[in-house]
Amino acid sequence: MSSPEVATPTAEAAPMPVTPAVAEQAPQKDKKDKPRSLWTDAWYELRRKPLFVISAILIMIFVLMAAFPSLFSSVDPAAADLNRSLTKPDFGAWFQFGKGGQFGYNVQGQDIYARTIYGARASIVVGLSAVIGNMLLGGFFGILSGYLGGWTDTLLARFGDIFLGLPFVLGALVILSTFAPVQSNPSAFRITSLVIATFVALGWPSFARIMRAAVLSTKQLDYVHAAQALGARPGRVVFRHVLPNSVAPMVVVGTITLGAYIGAEATLSFLGVGLREPVVSWGIMIGQSRQFMEAAPYMMAFPAAFLAIAVLSFVMLGDAVRDALDPKLR
Amino acid sequence: MSEVILEVRDLVKHFPIRQGIVFKRTIGQIKAVDGVSLDLHKGETLGIVGESGCGKSTLAKLLMNLEKPTSGEVRYQGRDVLRLSPAEQRKLRRNIQLVMQDPYTSLNPRMTVGDIVGEPFEIHPDAAPKGDRRRKVQELLDVVGLNPEHINRYPHQFSGGQRQRIGIARALALKPEVIVCDEPVSALDVSIQAQVMNLLDQLQTEFNLSYIFIAHDLSVVRHIADRVGVMYLGKMVEVGTDDDIYVRPTHPYTQALLSAVPVPDPTARQRKAVIRLEGDVPSPANPPSGCRFRTRCWKAQEICATETPLLQIRPTSGHPSACHFAQERDVVHAG
Repeated sequence: MSSPEVATPTAEAAPMPVTPAVAEQAPQKDKKDKPRSLWTDAWYELRRKPLFVISAILIMIFVLMAAFPSLFSSVDPAAADLNRSLTKPDFGAWFQFGKGGQFGYNVQGQDIYARTIYGARASIVVGLSAVIGNMLLGGFFGILSGYLGGWTDTLLARFGDIFLGLPFVLGALVILSTFAPVQSNPSAFRITSLVIATFVALGWPSFARIMRAAVLSTKQLDYVHAAQALGARPGRVVFRHVLPNSVAPMVVVGTITLGAYIGAEATLSFLGVGLREPVVSWGIMIGQSRQFMEAAPYMMAFPAAFLAIAVLSFVMLGDAVRDALDPKLR
Repeated sequence: MSEVILEVRDLVKHFPIRQGIVFKRTIGQIKAVDGVSLDLHKGETLGIVGESGCGKSTLAKLLMNLEKPTSGEVRYQGRDVLRLSPAEQRKLRRNIQLVMQDPYTSLNPRMTVGDIVGEPFEIHPDAAPKGDRRRKVQELLDVVGLNPEHINRYPHQFSGGQRQRIGIARALALKPEVIVCDEPVSALDVSIQAQVMNLLDQLQTEFNLSYIFIAHDLSVVRHIADRVGVMYLGKMVEVGTDDDIYVRPTHPYTQALLSAVPVPDPTARQRKAVIRLEGDVPSPANPPSGCRFRTRCWKAQEICATETPLLQIRPTSGHPSACHFAQERDVVHAG
């Protein structure tokens, strides 16, 4: 039988005005009315996980880097001084703010440290926007097909399969080389939004599937029927009852995918179809370094290390969030 | 007896069995509810009993208009509920409310108790002025025996019995006339069952409610119901006052059900008749011809396979019974 019955016999036996003595059974007296939703529970769980703490701190540093790169470097990433072409890293400069050359200089004499710092912005913006776009679009279609079912569901599922059938890199290559040919020189805004749009176009069906599955199981639950029995309109049922209880799996996948998208953005930039000058990004830097692998390995090592750490922290964060939100793993 | 408030006539719900992926073919019908008629009078409790899968919960969903019936009528105060416009149906929903079986799944875990109990007022804004709602919710919590100060708590902070009280408070919010209780106590401990049933009893006198009380526990139904209907495989087999059903059952299925009720008194237990049914309940997708109970009935004759027995008063049965060979037999007090 259910244990909660046994746990609170006093509260059940004296259900009329509850005496202060009963009320004080709640663990913290002052905070007892502070509601603890599932998200709050998840937050309590997360704070105790070293993996989460480490990845959250790293992500905060990366986000700070993306928002205010000038906090980390005072050197202009675009400034080129050919005299300094392929200068080796100056490890003495690591502890002197305002001095350049910590990570060395690239073939055009641009400061690699400054470029790595400024490159965070492109990666974070692309990753974050692509995931948010995917969640909105995939979530919308997922709710639609899950809640309505029937023909809507069948049509949307087949339509999504068209996009899922394309291999990711091939699909992205086709789309990007069509709208921004390799030789062309699109503006920073145009190419960034094009890359984001490509990720959303190729990614939304998997988000829609996750959302659809969650909605299908949620809409069967009794409290959804209860709301319908009260006469609630579909909009209220979806937004008050179904959506808040089915969004968690998509959030988890979104966090993990964010890391993957940062990596994918670098891949496409390396291949020459993704972001390109004048945008500064880790993928572009890795791409530019490939002719100088033996002469100047530091040209690739530093942006690649930042990329790996960023991807890893997002994947770790996603794992931690999944564990915290999935009660079965507790 | 007082006026009839809810009338159900020949209610039928068949669920199609479909096969195929894109183009689905219907290959059969699950006859979940197959021609149920009943009357609910104002202020009375109509108990409905039957084993798992006999269509009790589907009947509740049909009454709540959560499922569209295949055919039949549900009349509330003389008006056919199923033929009303959506706006009128919403209005009507205020008068028929539902208490659900499982208190662990019937409350949205992401809403506070105040939001859950107050939701009916948001859906029907004319039921209570906006500034008044919080006070009304607290009143409701008080009525069902919960601490009104717990309005900001979440469902998982309550025990099963308390959650069921929250569900009852939600059903009461719009001052309904009929409450459909779909096994409201079967998920609770026995001691809590008694408390919740006494609460329902007390609310009935206080608000002059009519209950349709669905359960599979015969003693629970006897405690609360004025009249009892027995269901088997989607059909009502016997209807009567609780004494009719418990002391003078005439349908063999009712007698078999009653003989399975445990008797606490050891001396009385020895005098109790034990009727053991053979075999399983037939599939509702392909029910037996004629009387649905004939495959497991010890009285079955040829007529049972050819002619469906009607639910009617018979020379040998003072209350409606759907058996060709209806015969009174006091199973519980057999001597």
